[in-house]
Amino acid sequence: MKKIHYVSFLVLMWVGWSCNDQKFLDKDPTNILTNDKVWQSPNLVLTVLVDLYDRYPEVQSTEKWVEYANFDEAFASSAGEYYRHKNQEYNYDWWNYWDYGYLREMNLFIQKCTAATQLDEASKKRFLAEARYLRASFYFEEVKRMGGVPLILEPLQYDFSGDPTYLQYARSKESEIYDFVISEMEAIKNDLPSDPNIKSRATKGLALATEARAALYAGSIAKYGVNTPQVALPGGEVGIEASKATAYFQQSLKASEELIALGQYALYLKKPTDLSDNFASLFTDKSNNAEAIFVKDFKLKSGKTTDWTIINQPRSVAEEQQGGRLNPSLNLVQSFEKLDNTFATYGYTDASGANRYFSNPLELFAGRDARLAGTVILPGSQFKGKTVDIWAGYLLTNNTVISGDNFGARKVLPGKTIEEQVVGFDGPIDGLEFSAQTGFYVRKYQDPTVGSGQLGTRSEVWWIRYRYAEVILNAAEAAFELGQNAKAAGYLNQVRKRAGFTKDLVSADITFDRIVHERKVELAFENHILWDMKRWRLAHVVWNGNATELTTQPGVATETSTRIFGLWPYKVYAPGTEQNGKWIFRKIIPSNVTNPHRFRLGNYYSLISEEIRSNNPKIVKNPNQ
Amino acid sequence: MKKYLFLLLIGSLVTSCKLDNYDPPASELKGRIVYKGEPIGVEYNNVTFELWEPGWGKKGSINVNVDQDGSYATQLFDGNYKLIIPSYQGPFKSIPNAETKSDTIPVQLRGSRTMDIEVLPYYMIRNATFTGGEKKVSTQFSIEKIITDASAKNIEEVALYISKTSFVDVRTNIASQVIKGADLKTMNRIQMQVTVPTITPAQNFVFARVKLKVSGVEDPIFSAIQKVTY
Repeated sequence: MKKIHYVSFLVLMWVGWSCNDQKFLDKDPTNILTNDKVWQSPNLVLTVLVDLYDRYPEVQSTEKWVEYANFDEAFASSAGEYYRHKNQEYNYDWWNYWDYGYLREMNLFIQKCTAATQLDEASKKRFLAEARYLRASFYFEEVKRMGGVPLILEPLQYDFSGDPTYLQYARSKESEIYDFVISEMEAIKNDLPSDPNIKSRATKGLALATEARAALYAGSIAKYGVNTPQVALPGGEVGIEASKATAYFQQSLKASEELIALGQYALYLKKPTDLSDNFASLFTDKSNNAEAIFVKDFKLKSGKTTDWTIINQPRSVAEEQQGGRLNPSLNLVQSFEKLDNTFATYGYTDASGANRYFSNPLELFAGRDARLAGTVILPGSQFKGKTVDIWAGYLLTNNTVISGDNFGARKVLPGKTIEEQVVGFDGPIDGLEFSAQTGFYVRKYQDPTVGSGQLGTRSEVWWIRYRYAEVILNAAEAAFELGQNAKAAGYLNQVRKRAGFTKDLVSADITFDRIVHERKVELAFENHILWDMKRWRLAHVVWNGNATELTTQPGVATETSTRIFGLWPYKVYAPGTEQNGKWIFRKIIPSNVTNPHRFRLGNYYSLISEEIRSNNPKIVKNPNQ
Repeated sequence: MKKYLFLLLIGSLVTSCKLDNYDPPASELKGRIVYKGEPIGVEYNNVTFELWEPGWGKKGSINVNVDQDGSYATQLFDGNYKLIIPSYQGPFKSIPNAETKSDTIPVQLRGSRTMDIEVLPYYMIRNATFTGGEKKVSTQFSIEKIITDASAKNIEEVALYISKTSFVDVRTNIASQVIKGADLKTMNRIQMQVTVPTITPAQNFVFARVKLKVSGVEDPIFSAIQKVTY
């Protein structure tokens, strides 16, 4: 018995001794990649970088449709989102952004990439430039939303001493952040590939486009900041001195023209015979698209797909029991010019206020900027080869309306015995979600391919963050601000020709209102409106909280536009008269639009939360909150 | 046996609730924002001031809203607070406090207390009267310029608002008349009038008040709200 004990003890000792091996305790993990593994393979480094690209911040995009309904461009036809039209005020912390975790990872990436020894020089240079691009983009986003923020260019490390004060950085000036973005773009532009076919990674063209946009923003804040002297902090964290404006505009124009001179990008013009269709294709055509500069790309069956089309497809041609959420407002729709370069509201009534009759609803919208039908699905127009069914009901001769409360509802018309359809399969029906409650659906970015509206398929249409037309508009604006009106007219005409305008603008036509208007119609639903209105200091003027009627001067930049209006088409039911079967229009305001929007001075720069300010007492609060 | 155990358990739950709870804040600080004893009307939810209580780990203010009629009320724990009206709040300037020689007002709270805060408005609306009839609401008022030194500011606009409810300002009005500051010919006995639109459901009264917006100051000054039958 004792013998067995001894033997087993010996065996145990032997086993224990054999385990005492350095190697056993020093195994490589199989479920994570360690730093030294990653930083020797360009492919693995790219996967790290891809994650940083994926976290690129933005407020509005095709993945965040509802953010488009915050202002006066569109109505959210979705039951849970009506509050956006009922709120009077924007909370001070709306659009705030303080993602220093993301920044730290970019700083770590730059630090490790700089130290890496096993990467070839060419890939290392490109990776570094891309990371610096993303870091500058992060700061650009911060400064747009929050004003000057702490500029930290190294990963910070806590030493566990119990005193974190050495990690507390004060906010930089707003101008310093813009200067940083501009200088970074200048520094990296030649390290990035100069290849227009690269769309989803940083290129030289992108660096120049970003520089032009940032300098333009800084210049207009410097120039128009004088209109809102209260929107400033004594330390310059918010607000830029007016004297800096000219230099910024020059910088912006220089960068835009450098990009234009590259000759790599061009306005999309594959369908010159149908400019509206051409404008719509610009956003969905991914093959040899010379206009897109930087995109977020999607791919079918890869797990990275977008549901913009599912969410917004016209209800009548929808591939699922949903769609129709984003309804462009009449405010936006009437902003598109007539082709003779003049502005006008829609003439759906004559001078005495009586209805005008149309044999086709599209007649009302004829002779307008081609971008209108490329941006908006109008009543009577087509999507995916089918005519959408937008009409609000029958108008009888005694001026009463027969309509239904569901898509394509049926009722018996007077003098008839059989039920028939009395309202479109797209509505508009007030208060019914997914119906075109303003009378319009959005067309931009809607994918025309079959299956794009199915939940099981989704869509691979990309989301364009920078495109050539914006660069041209940036150049036009910078030139205008520098007093070079002839040059500005030349740039504007390039974009306007593509929109079907045959009569060129001359330098005498170029005004601030023109610049504002051109961006509004060209760049609608492209994540520009908020930043543009902020930098021009127009937001508190246009969204001023007054419940006014729809403006009759859509070309004037300062006109109040606080509530969303719609324009509903009706069919006329008057058997035996010549009006029978014709169309009339009525301006409406959706019943869920109960309050005017009010952009307060405290909304110009978003609230830095009390948590952040308490953790770092050096952070000063933004003004007017 | 089991029943008693159950009762005992419930009993212990009830008592334990009492042990770890604080009393709610019981002292009320209330008052009005006044100029020489006269309250200053403002927009609801848009004018606030800050109360700071030093000595706690985290820094953060208690924000107190000023109501339309210039009054405020807040429920607090007893303590020593510092009251600050931020410079961008309200159509007025703070008066330096005699004790702190700054815009900070020390507030010792030992039980409920009523405290009017004296400030210096840019203008005051005086003797505003409202009359209604024949589907119209008219007003007459005078404007007194209070700050006349180098920091004086011009009038951007004056407006008469009427509203269905007793919340009356730019956001809730159903009709208004606006006179731009440049078009204002006199400061005395200014007359304004609006036509009352059709109200559904019908009511034979509206609430009215006069606004004065100072240029370069976000928050406007208001007269008192008055219910007017028409």
